[in-house]
Amino acid sequence: MTELVPSPVEPKAIGTALPRVDGVEKVTGRAAYAVEHPVDRPLFAWLVTSTVARGRVVAVDRSEALAHPGVVSVVDHTDAPRLAQTDNGELAILQDDAVGFRGQIVAVVLAESSEAAREGARLVRVEQEAEPFEAELREDNASYRPEKVNPAMETDTDQGDVDTALGTATTVLEQTYRTPYEHNNPLEPHATTAWWSEEDGRERLTLFDSSQGVHGVATALAPMLGIDREQIRVMAPFVGGGFGSKGEAHAHVMAAALAARTTGGRPVRLAVTRQQMFSLTGYRTATISKFRLGTDDDGRLTAIEHRVQEQTSRLREFAEQTASPTRMMYAAPNRRTSHRLAVLDVAVPSWMRAPGEMPGMFAHEVAMDELAEACGLDPVELRRRNDPDVDPEEGLPFDRRGLVECLDRGAERFGWASRPRAPRSTADGEWWVGTGVASATYPAMRQPGNVARVESTDTGFAVSIGAVDIGTGARTALTQIAADALGVGTDDIDLRLGDTALPMASVAGGSSGTSSWGSAIVAAAQQFLADHGDRPDPGLWTEASALRGDEADRFSFHSFGAVFAEVHVHRYTGELRVPRMLGVYSVGRVVNPTTARSQLVGGLVMGMSAALFEESVRDPRFGHVVTQDLATYHVAAHADVAGIEAEWLDESTTTFTPMGSRGIGEIGIVGTAAAVANAAYHATGVRVRDLPLTADAFLE
Amino acid sequence: MRELAYLRPSDPADAVSLVANDPDARFLGGGTNLVDHLKLGVATPGTLVDVSHLPLDALEEHDGGLLVGANVRNSDLAADRRVRTGWPVLSRALLSGASGQIRNQATTAGNLLQRTRCVYFLDVTTPCNKREPGSGCSAAEGYGRYNAILGAGPACVTVHPSDLAVGLVAVDATVVVLGPDGERRVPAADLHRLPGDDAARDTVLGHGELITAVELPRSAHARTSTYVKVRDRASFAFALVSVAVAIDRAEDGTVRDLRIVWGGVAHKPWRATRAEDALRGRPLTEAGVRDAAEAELDQARPTAGTEYKPAMVRNATALAFRRLVPDLAEEAR
Repeated sequence: MTELVPSPVEPKAIGTALPRVDGVEKVTGRAAYAVEHPVDRPLFAWLVTSTVARGRVVAVDRSEALAHPGVVSVVDHTDAPRLAQTDNGELAILQDDAVGFRGQIVAVVLAESSEAAREGARLVRVEQEAEPFEAELREDNASYRPEKVNPAMETDTDQGDVDTALGTATTVLEQTYRTPYEHNNPLEPHATTAWWSEEDGRERLTLFDSSQGVHGVATALAPMLGIDREQIRVMAPFVGGGFGSKGEAHAHVMAAALAARTTGGRPVRLAVTRQQMFSLTGYRTATISKFRLGTDDDGRLTAIEHRVQEQTSRLREFAEQTASPTRMMYAAPNRRTSHRLAVLDVAVPSWMRAPGEMPGMFAHEVAMDELAEACGLDPVELRRRNDPDVDPEEGLPFDRRGLVECLDRGAERFGWASRPRAPRSTADGEWWVGTGVASATYPAMRQPGNVARVESTDTGFAVSIGAVDIGTGARTALTQIAADALGVGTDDIDLRLGDTALPMASVAGGSSGTSSWGSAIVAAAQQFLADHGDRPDPGLWTEASALRGDEADRFSFHSFGAVFAEVHVHRYTGELRVPRMLGVYSVGRVVNPTTARSQLVGGLVMGMSAALFEESVRDPRFGHVVTQDLATYHVAAHADVAGIEAEWLDESTTTFTPMGSRGIGEIGIVGTAAAVANAAYHATGVRVRDLPLTADAFLE
Repeated sequence: MRELAYLRPSDPADAVSLVANDPDARFLGGGTNLVDHLKLGVATPGTLVDVSHLPLDALEEHDGGLLVGANVRNSDLAADRRVRTGWPVLSRALLSGASGQIRNQATTAGNLLQRTRCVYFLDVTTPCNKREPGSGCSAAEGYGRYNAILGAGPACVTVHPSDLAVGLVAVDATVVVLGPDGERRVPAADLHRLPGDDAARDTVLGHGELITAVELPRSAHARTSTYVKVRDRASFAFALVSVAVAIDRAEDGTVRDLRIVWGGVAHKPWRATRAEDALRGRPLTEAGVRDAAEAELDQARPTAGTEYKPAMVRNATALAFRRLVPDLAEEAR
């Protein structure tokens, strides 16, 4: 394997709207998902979960379940295979009698059919002893300061003297903003097929898993199962969405692996139900953001303070980096951010689209709207005045700071200039009408350790990398990148993904996929051409990894955007509708405008959905989320999605990646809820600082 | 789900006797609600008697009105031209509910007999008197946003989810029921019941009684009727509150007769008789409608999570009248 700094790629296929290369397979149903792959004599698994939030399992009575026709076995903590490592409290299931949250896996039923397994699970009697627990996030929870926040950022920052600056500021805004628990809810529920076999005298575990990163699953499971990473093969050829919830292996994957170890080699199929997803597959913590902003006479920020209270699970820490965008968003000499976590006896939170940026920028951008009003400035102008020359935290120049361009272009496209400044000044029939704006940002990320393989074939090139296309269009975009890097057409590329048998790749997360995997593919392609020339015989190959130059020492890399929303609020019922949204983005060069638009529009829809609907209601008396299906956890329906447009600035800087891309998966959700909330305020004069914005808040 | 017997009789009387003679049997209609319950363990019948193929799908003129067979699909009923002109509240109520796919599958009788969407009813790990009598009510002090504000009892604080049921009360529909002892007719207004101390029973029907049809009498007020449903999401959501209004006005604009029925506020469609009485025989004004709603709401008992409902249902009632009476809208402007 060679490591090299790849040179910029001349775009030819890049930038074209190549139709999804796997589109026909998907729409004709031939694309197989995690529990659809044909396997020999599968057993079906069903999870039995705890009904106390904290305590222990006293006894598991399997007799009724085992008597049910079709049920083959029940595995619980008394007889599950032992793990070699148990420090990951989320994954170390069935190892002891402790219950850490309501909905935790306490047994697995295996049966000859899915129906028999489900009924068997209903018939397993689990006697549990309940202990006192805490499951409610409040402002006054006992909390602690985590060492780092996700993924490895400083917990607190403090520059200058915020308190003094606030004391002398012309305008001071002090407010608290809240976002609720939210669940990712990809279309395809989490699912795993697992079987153990023997190869050359060594155990081997094979998984089809609905995952955002097959290599990551193998890396997480292997030491816990006491085997080498090479003894696990994980495949995910097609995945029906993830939004972060499939970024890491959750407990059901371990349940499948452990259960399959007891079947004498028969494969185990485990499909998590939608209801179980609300306990087992991650979620976004609720957040409480306390903001203090101070400005001088001209509306220039002199102080920014963002203090965050949120929660983690007792079983495993996850610290959402809610205040992280506040550190680089606007200029101010005095700035302070902090994160504190309450430890609750609840399910384990995890990544959900734009962790940190989504809740943090909701708070920050509503605060900016309030500040604009307090300063008597237009909200776009306030943001323009506070656009920093260099990264306020790092002190480095931005490679590209496109925020003001996005705001200006969006304002023009949206017709912002004709907007009346005062709230509650436009009515249209039964509706109040308002418009709002918010900024968006997301860091550009390139993960290390990606390797790609290029091999010449009879028909062109096979290009392999063990990355996963979770529905974003990665397979298509990478085909375009490979074609340009090799100087051939996209038809000449056979792109292979989704298998740990292929070279190492990082997770499809952090909007880093195209940048990370694409750079490796470019490196491998350029090295291949150097090794074998551009008319190679079939059967030659090269593996390579992309090194980075010193650009990270010279520049701060972020994407930016501006979101504009028009909101109508019904004067009689308080109902909110969003007839029009526009997002304008600075995200680097777009590899495929069709799939990119889908990502950005999808992010805008998800942000609007968070603004108006999404809330996982945890009942603190029980400790679990009680809105645990799509009838009670509302996401935007078709009728809610009206005129949503996304566009991007024409950019071609190749400082960050040889393709010029910076990542587009998450920025669409950032700031969007704030734009909607700000528009709702402009429509009605009612300021709502807690998501979601529901009709009752606007009733007159 | 529990293994069960599946029977498919060809005659309504056979279906009735199969269920009446087996306490563990249930009728299966379109299945859009019961099948979910089977999967979740909310319902665990030993026998399903499928009535969806019985010849109960007539939609025809009858006795000056319209006879709607129990198996007429929600989408067909909503689209029927006679319904849209003679009983528009029903079309609007149906189209405000569920999704296109579900309306294609769901039946008229099944819509009326659907059960609450209370999150605790659907979660077998939590107490619920409706699902498991005597276990307690988790909703009373729990997630309360969809709870009742009228007629709730200590046993149950939930609401009936059907939009169609609310509309049927506003047009004086009658439900035709076949039981082991023959046929009987139940006014739509009397079909659903308040929970009292028996939350398990949603309706007055006995075990084995099968709804075979709904009769829609023609009336002046039914012809001028509408449905307003309030919800956060623009479609595919149950009502926070809903309002069916049917009105017959004299030439001078005074109200000859009217019906005001509220959904999302009680264990049954709530006919707002006090509000009706306050408006009958009088000229209409928006302020008058709001006052009438307030008179009805004197009985309301909002709890944590439902504090918003009185104002919302009052406003929605005013909105429904505004939609039906153009000069009211003029006046408000």
